[in-house]
Amino acid sequence: MARPSAALGARRSSLRSRPPFWLVVMVLGATLAVAMVVSVGLGAAGVRPETTVRILGAHLLPGEHVASWSVVEDRIVWSFRTPRVLLAAVVGAALALVGVILQAVIRNPLADPYVLGASSGAALGAVIGLVLGAGVPGLFVTGSAFGGAALAGVLVYVLASRGGRIESLRLVLAGVALSYLFSALTSWLTVTAEHGKLPSILFFLLGSISSADWGTLPLPAIALGLGAAYALRRTDRLNAVMTGDETATSLGVDVTRFRIETLLVTSVLVGSVVAVAGGIGFVGMVVPHVCRLLVGADHRRLLPVAMIVGAMLLVVVDTVARTAAAPRELPVGVVTALVGAPFFLWLLRRRPTGSVA
Amino acid sequence: MKGPAQSTLGGLEIHELDVALGGKQVLHGVSLQADVGEMVGLLGPNGSGKSTLLRAAYGVVRPTAGTVRTAGLDVATTRPRELAQRCAVLTQDHAVDLELTVLEVVLLGRIPHPRRRDGRRGHGELARICLDRVGGAHLADRAFPTLSGGERQRVLLARALCQEPQVLLLDEPTNHLDVSHTIELLELVTSLDLTCVVALHDLTLAATYCDRIALLADGRLVAQGRPSEVLTPARVEDVYGVACDVLTHPRTRRPLIAVSRRSPAAH
Repeated sequence: MARPSAALGARRSSLRSRPPFWLVVMVLGATLAVAMVVSVGLGAAGVRPETTVRILGAHLLPGEHVASWSVVEDRIVWSFRTPRVLLAAVVGAALALVGVILQAVIRNPLADPYVLGASSGAALGAVIGLVLGAGVPGLFVTGSAFGGAALAGVLVYVLASRGGRIESLRLVLAGVALSYLFSALTSWLTVTAEHGKLPSILFFLLGSISSADWGTLPLPAIALGLGAAYALRRTDRLNAVMTGDETATSLGVDVTRFRIETLLVTSVLVGSVVAVAGGIGFVGMVVPHVCRLLVGADHRRLLPVAMIVGAMLLVVVDTVARTAAAPRELPVGVVTALVGAPFFLWLLRRRPTGSVA
Repeated sequence: MKGPAQSTLGGLEIHELDVALGGKQVLHGVSLQADVGEMVGLLGPNGSGKSTLLRAAYGVVRPTAGTVRTAGLDVATTRPRELAQRCAVLTQDHAVDLELTVLEVVLLGRIPHPRRRDGRRGHGELARICLDRVGGAHLADRAFPTLSGGERQRVLLARALCQEPQVLLLDEPTNHLDVSHTIELLELVTSLDLTCVVALHDLTLAATYCDRIALLADGRLVAQGRPSEVLTPARVEDVYGVACDVLTHPRTRRPLIAVSRRSPAAH
């Protein structure tokens, strides 16, 4: 049962060198705040940093403000970029949260929001919405994406449970099979769709935050708030299931019930995220791994840190996506995969055999 | 959850237990008793139902008939968390590649207990005491995956102690351990004054450390009693199909099971 772990030992002979948790959270939190403000200032039309801060201050702080900026600048900063940056942060945090939960609950380090089919279910729902509807993202598309994720969650649960128990391997296999099925249906719809609807479908499938405005923000933000509140109150249980089903049960955790709960929570979260931002890959898988290197696997530390890092990553990536090839926009999903895939491969090479498998 | 019949203290009482897994009956009417403070060894060939019996005792396996009372609680009607406050388990299945420190692993034992007011600091102190108890105080900040097999079992025992159990169930805790670590672990377990039920493979070890022994074969209880009563050459041959002599240890007076090779041509 014991695997040779000499190489692992050499890498982390002492965990004492880990920086204190409060420091990590403070530094990361401050970095996220700075990244968000800088990101609001960047774009096709440049707005100077101090102007950006002043505009944000005028909207956020009470009291009189002397406007030293133009109405256009105000619109750019407050109506377009601020909700977009906020949405990027919310989506990044939500994807990282889902990744952390799923990697613990199904004890598979490759788990991400895609592995249980919720992402592809949501994508299928969204594309159905686009094909049937006007072809532009809106409430109809959001609703159908949400429905797709929920349907996927229920199907995976039904397919994976046997004799009142849910084993993680069966859960993963059911999820992967469903993902293929949903993806095939999505491709079919895409190929047969009217020509005019193709760009918006494609953009949706690749993932993008460009549809952000103040109206798209509440749904994923509320879902993130509820999901985070749920998970942060269950860090003990996440720690327990990480050690294996038998041990978790002996520690008093009802493993099957916890799996069902988390399946539900993550499906809702993924549904609300994919509904507004499409299929953004790699964030949910990579961020938990990076954060584990930073603060260890104890979920009391891992959860908050992963959410901050996920938010930060997506804010940065989205900024790159809309500025690198300006005035054209790259889909966010393309940039996360371009950055995430090599990074993950590097991580894989760095870790000894057996610790990622 | 506390019914009138739930006592606050108790060992392990298993009565006429039937268990079926995947349609196949694995245990047939097994009854077993471990009194408070007693160390009971569970012996039997591979697949004889030792693990299943232990798993029924901590509620992972639901019996088709019979009752299990662990630490005074009826396992069938007790919530897992309440049971875990009184019963700790050293399973064979534990993730080796946990990216946790040793202290964090020991702290997992506090999961079933409600958070006290003194919170994490109080828990941390208890975890250190438990770690000290198993002689692992110096390991506290090490990464769990870097430990040797012997250290790992000691840390997992500390985690079980951190649960502050009345009953401790151990499923082949000495697997993969060399003779000195094996002795060390069993010495530790016997020094704890807990009700222990331990599944073992080594007959002599069981005879040396256990107050009583229960011998299983094909899901049935063959014998139960003091080591010298249970481990007779005829019974060992009957259950394991191995010829042996039972000697008496010159100093401890405990049984020594000396096996003999089946035939010289066997190898």
